[in-house]
Amino acid sequence: MRNIWTICRKELKSYFASPIAYLMMAMFAIIFGFFFWNIVGYFVAAGLQAQMMGRPMPMDINEMIVRPMLMNFSVVGLFLIPMITMRLFAEEKRQGTIELLLTSPVRDWDVILGKWLAALMLYGMTLAICCLNFGFLFLHGNPDWKPLAIGLAGLMLQAGALLAVGTFISTLTKNQIIAGGVTFAVCLLLWVFEWVGGYETAAWARTMAYLSVVAHFEPFSKGVVDTKDAIYFVSLTYFGLFMAARSLETLRWRA
Amino acid sequence: MIKVEGLTKRYDRFEAVHGIDFEVEKGQIVGFLGPNGAGKTTTMRILTCFMPPTEGKASVAGFDVMTQSMEVKKRIGYLPETPPLYPEMEVEEYLTFVGRLKGMPAAEIPSRVKQVSERCAVADVSKKLISKLSKGYRQRVGLAQALLHNPDVLVLDEPTAGLDPKQIHETRDLIRSLGGEHTIILSTHILPEVEQTCEYVVIISKGKLVAKDSVANLTSRLRGQETVSVEIEGRVDAGAVKERLEKVDGVSRVTAKEERGGGLVVEVESVAGRNVRTEVARAVVNAGWGLHELKTASVSLEEIFLELTAPEQGDDKGKKK
Ligand SMILES: Nc1ncnc2c1ncn2[C@@H]1O[C@H](COP(=O)(O)OP(=O)(O)O)[C@@H](O)[C@H]1O
Ligand SMILES: [Mg+2]
Repeated sequence: MRNIWTICRKELKSYFASPIAYLMMAMFAIIFGFFFWNIVGYFVAAGLQAQMMGRPMPMDINEMIVRPMLMNFSVVGLFLIPMITMRLFAEEKRQGTIELLLTSPVRDWDVILGKWLAALMLYGMTLAICCLNFGFLFLHGNPDWKPLAIGLAGLMLQAGALLAVGTFISTLTKNQIIAGGVTFAVCLLLWVFEWVGGYETAAWARTMAYLSVVAHFEPFSKGVVDTKDAIYFVSLTYFGLFMAARSLETLRWRA
Repeated sequence: MIKVEGLTKRYDRFEAVHGIDFEVEKGQIVGFLGPNGAGKTTTMRILTCFMPPTEGKASVAGFDVMTQSMEVKKRIGYLPETPPLYPEMEVEEYLTFVGRLKGMPAAEIPSRVKQVSERCAVADVSKKLISKLSKGYRQRVGLAQALLHNPDVLVLDEPTAGLDPKQIHETRDLIRSLGGEHTIILSTHILPEVEQTCEYVVIISKGKLVAKDSVANLTSRLRGQETVSVEIEGRVDAGAVKERLEKVDGVSRVTAKEERGGGLVVEVESVAGRNVRTEVARAVVNAGWGLHELKTASVSLEEIFLELTAPEQGDDKGKKK
């Protein structure tokens, strides 16, 4: 445990030692600020229109504001993953510090978990900043907090899975750009796989659609927890971290 | 303290290290000498559990590097060829991180970091970013990192590479002062470095063990036969010089090396144990040539390898002592 925390702390410090982490958070704060005011503006206009037509209909803040916001983050957050994970191992390999880590009395798993945890925390922080917008809803209305909490938990589950895959990809090269590029491609594919399910129902199409990350997140955005989806994310996380561990092992054998 | 038996490492098909055996006693400073590509780094990476051997065994402090790597890692301090530094960290912060990584008790770390920083002469930059440090400082921070948890064994891969002469001198002094309390194995491709810092030497070439001996034995063996380089001024006939100098008592061979600025340089080899410099000088002067320079040519690493790997006796010599 102590080793994991040692690595995690070091990673977090490294993130914030360069302007990249701040820049990333600022970018997302701006983008989601824009999304939020846009959606709220639409919501208000729709409300006014309904009133003018004389038949006020029930306006659900959760359904009309929180949910689309969470869905947006689920997709736009895919861009965040490679930015966070690309340096994790690639940089250690390039700098030669991997030799320090792998010859210290810590297990490979400690190193991997520590790094993954730091990545998850950075993602969480970016998400938290984007969530500040929701404070406005609680000030001026009374949205249901439960679906929001479930949605956020779902986002963290999704991030955990993709960050694990990104961590694995980062162990494969000492070039950050390559690690980032490949991770981005994988994240994007895991999103668009869903589209196949739209027109094809053969087994291969269903498998592809099943692998799609965003499809598994959607129920969370509605405040619904389906164990199947949770299991998908947890298994993908485990798969990514396991592959990272195997990759470090072959790294030892080969070089 | 360190025991290596039949160590072999293959990368894909290329065999970088081939069946090396050697042992290092507690408290010794051992030089691991070999030209570039000899397999020094590979061997050290195996000793430090960075990677496993393909064949053979290695143990540190009685623990096997394959099966008890955690125990080995606790007892080893390792300075890789490029010091493993994080440019975005300050020196003190970096050493503190290494202390935690090595599993030192949290309460001990600050005082130990201070102590080691002073010993390695990096205390004055403890609040500086590593990216801002000069090469010499970086190397010393790397050394401090290896020393930090007070390991029984220090493995230093070319600790003086890329340093200026003054820094090399300081680093060698530091390493010498660490002997006794630590068992040290350091790699280098520079012979004088071994002579100055080490008690024992293990020589490898192309992945094979060439010699292992005490430094004193090895140098006396190599110094037995001396080469003197003589530079003669003016236009002289190389053949005549050769003929003349070969007659000097104790000279075994004379080779004309080059003509330089109207002069001639010859190398004179002597029979083992004979000092022929005075006689050679007299012979040159008596012949009426201008003696411009006369010096002992130092034994180069290349020559050591040539001698030690000579097919007739090299193998035999390497194993005898
Ligand atoms: N990861 C690797 N893959 C393939 N060959 C390697 C690898 N590392 C080193 N080698 C080769 O092994 C030989 C020994 O290398 P090394 O141990 O670094 O030598 P030294 O440290 O003595 O210069 C060299 O010929 C080198 O090219
Ligand atoms: Mg080397």
